[in-house]
Amino acid sequence: MKINFILNGREIELTVPSDIRVVDLLREELDLTGTKESCGSGECGACTILVDGQSRLSCLMLAAQLQGREVTTIEGLAGNEGRHPVQEAFVQAGAVQCGFCTPGMVLAAVDLLGHRPDPSRAEIREGLSGNLCRCTGYQKIVDAVEMAVHREKG
Amino acid sequence: MREVFLPRTLDELWDLLHRRPEAAIYAGGTDVLVKLRAGLITASGLICLERIQELKGVRDQGDEVYIGAATTHRTLLADPVIQEHFPILIQALNVLGSPPIRNMGTIGGNLVTASPAGDTLPPLYVLDAEVEVRWGDGAKRLPLSQFILGPGKTSLGPGQLLTGVRLRKSADYNVHHFEKVGQRKALAIAIVSLAAVLQVSDSGRIEKARLAWGSVGPTVIRSVEVESALEGRIISRDTLTKAAALAQTAVSPIDDIRAGEAYRRTVAGNLLLRLINYAR
Repeated sequence: MKINFILNGREIELTVPSDIRVVDLLREELDLTGTKESCGSGECGACTILVDGQSRLSCLMLAAQLQGREVTTIEGLAGNEGRHPVQEAFVQAGAVQCGFCTPGMVLAAVDLLGHRPDPSRAEIREGLSGNLCRCTGYQKIVDAVEMAVHREKG
Repeated sequence: MREVFLPRTLDELWDLLHRRPEAAIYAGGTDVLVKLRAGLITASGLICLERIQELKGVRDQGDEVYIGAATTHRTLLADPVIQEHFPILIQALNVLGSPPIRNMGTIGGNLVTASPAGDTLPPLYVLDAEVEVRWGDGAKRLPLSQFILGPGKTSLGPGQLLTGVRLRKSADYNVHHFEKVGQRKALAIAIVSLAAVLQVSDSGRIEKARLAWGSVGPTVIRSVEVESALEGRIISRDTLTKAAALAQTAVSPIDDIRAGEAYRRTVAGNLLLRLINYAR
C-alpha cells in the first residue's frame, strides 16, 4: 500500500506492505537504525519513537498506521542548531553506557518534558519506567533529564 | 501479507466486518500485535480502530459518564471528569503497563483482552460499570461482569464490537483505594490486585463497601461475604483481619510463573489490611 507521512520533518511517500511493523520499516527499509528492537513485545522501550509528539513503541505499530502522522526518530531530534537539549544533557551527564537503550530513553524524556516541563526526580523515573537499561545505568540517565530540565529553566 | 484496514467511521467498520468477518480487530495493538507476532492470531486481515472518532473520548452525560472504547489510558488519566468522579480508575491506570503502553493501549482493549490481571477491571467492577456493545443494526448495554466470561473470553458475538463503557457518577464513596502487587513497579502483570471503594462515616464506620480482586481467579473476584463483614463496622485491625481471612477463602488463584497459589491467597487477604490507613 501507499502511505504518506512526515518523517523527521520531511514529507515522504512510500509503497510498503501494510502489515510491516514500523520498527522494521524504519530500520530495514529506511536505514534509520537509531531505533532499536529488543523485546519486540512492548516491554523494553528500545524501539520508542514519537508519533504526533507522543512516545509510541514502533514494534507494536504497523506501517499503515503511519498514514498522515508526524514521526520523529532519534535521527530527527537534533535541529539545525545542533543537539536537542535532552541529547546534550545525556552527553554532559555521561548517561550512555552501551548506548542501546539511549535513543528510546531520550525520546521518552522528550515526551515527558513536553507535557511536564518541570518534573520531580520521582516523576522522571516514572516517565522513563517503560524503558529498560540493561547496563543498569539509570542514575545518570535520570541525572541527565534533571540537567535538561534545569537548563531549560535557564 | 495481511491487509490492514483503518476505517474512519462505524459504518465503514460494519461494512468491513461484513466483508472480512475473519479479520482481527485491534485499537492500541499492545495485546493483539504481540499475539500476532507470536503466531497466536492467524487472521488474514487486521482492522485498526484508532481512526474512528466515535469510539474515542470521554463524554459527561449528567448522571453518567461515557468512555469510548478506543480511548487511550493516557487520555483517561488526563481527563478532568474521570479524575473528579472515578479516582480509583485513575489509580489503576497510573500503574498499568508503562508510559508508552498507556499512550497506545485503550480501555476497550483492556476489557476485550479479558485478562484476569487486566488493571482496569477491578476498579470497573466495583464501580458497577456497564459496557455498550454494537453491531451493524443493533446495540445493547450489559454489566461488565456479564461481558467478561473468563480468561480471554467475552460475550462478544461475531460482527459485534465493544464500543464504550458507562459509569454512573456516585457520591456514595469517600474512600477509593487500588493496590497492585507485581514483581516490579512498571510493566508488571499483577500478581494480586485489590480495588476497594468505601463509604466511611465521620466516626470511622464502614457504611458501604465494594471490593474486587484481580489475578486471583479466572476473572475478577467479588465477595459479598467479605463486603458484609466490613459493612456496619468501625475500621480497625480486628475487623480487617477477620475480613482478610474470609477473603483468602473467597479467591481462587492458580500457580503460575509469577507467583504461587498460596502466596496469592495470602496477599489477597493482606491487601485489605491497608484499609487501616482510612481509619478515623
